[in-house]
Amino acid sequence: MTTDIIEDITEAEQGSSLWHDAWLRLRKNRLALAGGMLLVAFTIIALLTPWIAPYAYDAQNLDLGASPPSAQHWLGTDIFGRDLLTQIMFGGRVSLAVGFVATSVALLIGVTWGAIAGYVGGKVDAVMMRLVDIMYALPFMIFIVLLMVVFGRNILLLFLAIGAVEWLTMARIMRSQVQQLRQQEFVEAAISLGLPPSTIIRRHLIPNALGPIIVYTTLTIPSVMLLEAFLSFLGLGIQPPQTSWGLLISYGAETMEEFPWLLIFPGLALTVTLFSLNFLGDGLRDALDVRRSKD
Amino acid sequence: MWRFVGIRLLQAIPVILAVITVTFFLVRVAPGGPFSAEKAVLPEVKAALEAQYRLDLPLFQQYTAYLGDLAQGEFGPSFKYPGRSVNELIGAGLPVTAELGFYALLVAVIIGGFAGVIAALKPNTAQDYIPMTAAMIGICMPSFLLGPLLVLVFGIYLDWLPVSGWGDIPGDKILPAITLGSGYAAYIARLSRAGMLEVMSQDYIRTARAKGLPEWEVVVKHGLRGGLIPVVAFLGPAFAGLLAGSFVVETIFQIPGLGRFYVQAAFNRDYTMILGTTVFLSTLIVLFNLLSDILAAWMNPRLRAQFGEN
Repeated sequence: MTTDIIEDITEAEQGSSLWHDAWLRLRKNRLALAGGMLLVAFTIIALLTPWIAPYAYDAQNLDLGASPPSAQHWLGTDIFGRDLLTQIMFGGRVSLAVGFVATSVALLIGVTWGAIAGYVGGKVDAVMMRLVDIMYALPFMIFIVLLMVVFGRNILLLFLAIGAVEWLTMARIMRSQVQQLRQQEFVEAAISLGLPPSTIIRRHLIPNALGPIIVYTTLTIPSVMLLEAFLSFLGLGIQPPQTSWGLLISYGAETMEEFPWLLIFPGLALTVTLFSLNFLGDGLRDALDVRRSKD
Repeated sequence: MWRFVGIRLLQAIPVILAVITVTFFLVRVAPGGPFSAEKAVLPEVKAALEAQYRLDLPLFQQYTAYLGDLAQGEFGPSFKYPGRSVNELIGAGLPVTAELGFYALLVAVIIGGFAGVIAALKPNTAQDYIPMTAAMIGICMPSFLLGPLLVLVFGIYLDWLPVSGWGDIPGDKILPAITLGSGYAAYIARLSRAGMLEVMSQDYIRTARAKGLPEWEVVVKHGLRGGLIPVVAFLGPAFAGLLAGSFVVETIFQIPGLGRFYVQAAFNRDYTMILGTTVFLSTLIVLFNLLSDILAAWMNPRLRAQFGEN
């Protein structure tokens, strides 16, 4: 008898779970799903690149030089006779890594900052969010250029600098979420149980604010990747011997008159990835119904 | 309303001061002095140079002296080109960049706004999907890719438009303006679509329709004002983005504007030039943000009421 009831309850819980509903909705959105699958494929390729790339990263063939796509080199070769597909695969590793790592930095700072501000409230909140407002007004694009000039073009710094820019919106979203959640009974219950604030934030607040965080994260990755490509294009980001899609596009643009494939294929790789991330982000927003739950 | 403007102005001051301070000290802790690349110079010459750039003073005095210069609108001399001052370079580059930015913004607002409003009038039809898909492409296509592609197609293959320069050959301003503006056109299209969708479902629109107004008048007179508030609020951040975008576009099209100077200064490690330009551009951006906030607040009657208009 009791087990029946428990089964009923678990069934009901599963049926109406937010994540299950969201998945059902997302599955209907073909563009978002296609975007997600492409991203998974690109990520797997990026992880396996050292083993599956058709040529060695530094393999040159100066006799061949720049050649259009062919059976040996599917996407052609650059002026040093390097295989473009190999270059794009290795460049993708860097571009995706910058996207994921810098977004994680932003996520970590933003969620912690917003959660503390929203949970503690009062003067602490006012000071913390005023700081965010001030930083919002700072022209960060210019600052990143400045940072890269002053401290040299260092990939670790690039992660930190981009992450430090992108956390602001995350903090605002997290704060408004926490402020809403704080009013709810289960948080009051947790407080009256005597749980320390750090546990409440970690166990109760962050998991319940996960929807907006996921959506915003998915939409932050493309803007981070764009920023990296932008800096690399100007020559202020990734430096040779490393490469990234932005750097490949920059080289391609120099020789596009004679060898247009050197511009088109890296450009395609970047655009398709950004497309996928944006469609997935939009799809997740609809699926998790983020906008309505905010109202 | 004036209170709102006053509060915003007061908020802008610490931001600008923070920019100046952070930039100044960042540039000062940068490795490598301004003259380290040159061959060994006589001690007297070095001392004279250091005195000229005030490098002989303690750091904090350098900072206060710099603030004093700035207050008089003096951005200081260039490290790399001793004869030139940052003011001269800004004076030469700003009009060009301002013109480019203006055309780009025009492209963005006209195309983006039009596409967004059209899409919002018939949501979830082809009239909505086609412009919005185009907008998605615009967002995902960075200017440093779009620029070379446009040059390749319209400049080289079709040979319709010049591929570089500014004001030398008729038509050489078209490609840079489109390159810089299209990304913002895409954002504005999405913003104005969302804004219009929300406004067009409001009661006052139904009232306007019930009055028997023709549909275009409902849209233009009653819809646009509310629906475009998000677009106006976006113009401030867009301006900052346009400036950064001008770095790329001016480099691609070899336009002698502020953006190209900035990138060159970055490459040359011309620290005073970077410092001066950063301070100048940042102030400009902060002021523009302020302007767009005020404009958006003025367009929004609820906000106006909140700050006790009349």
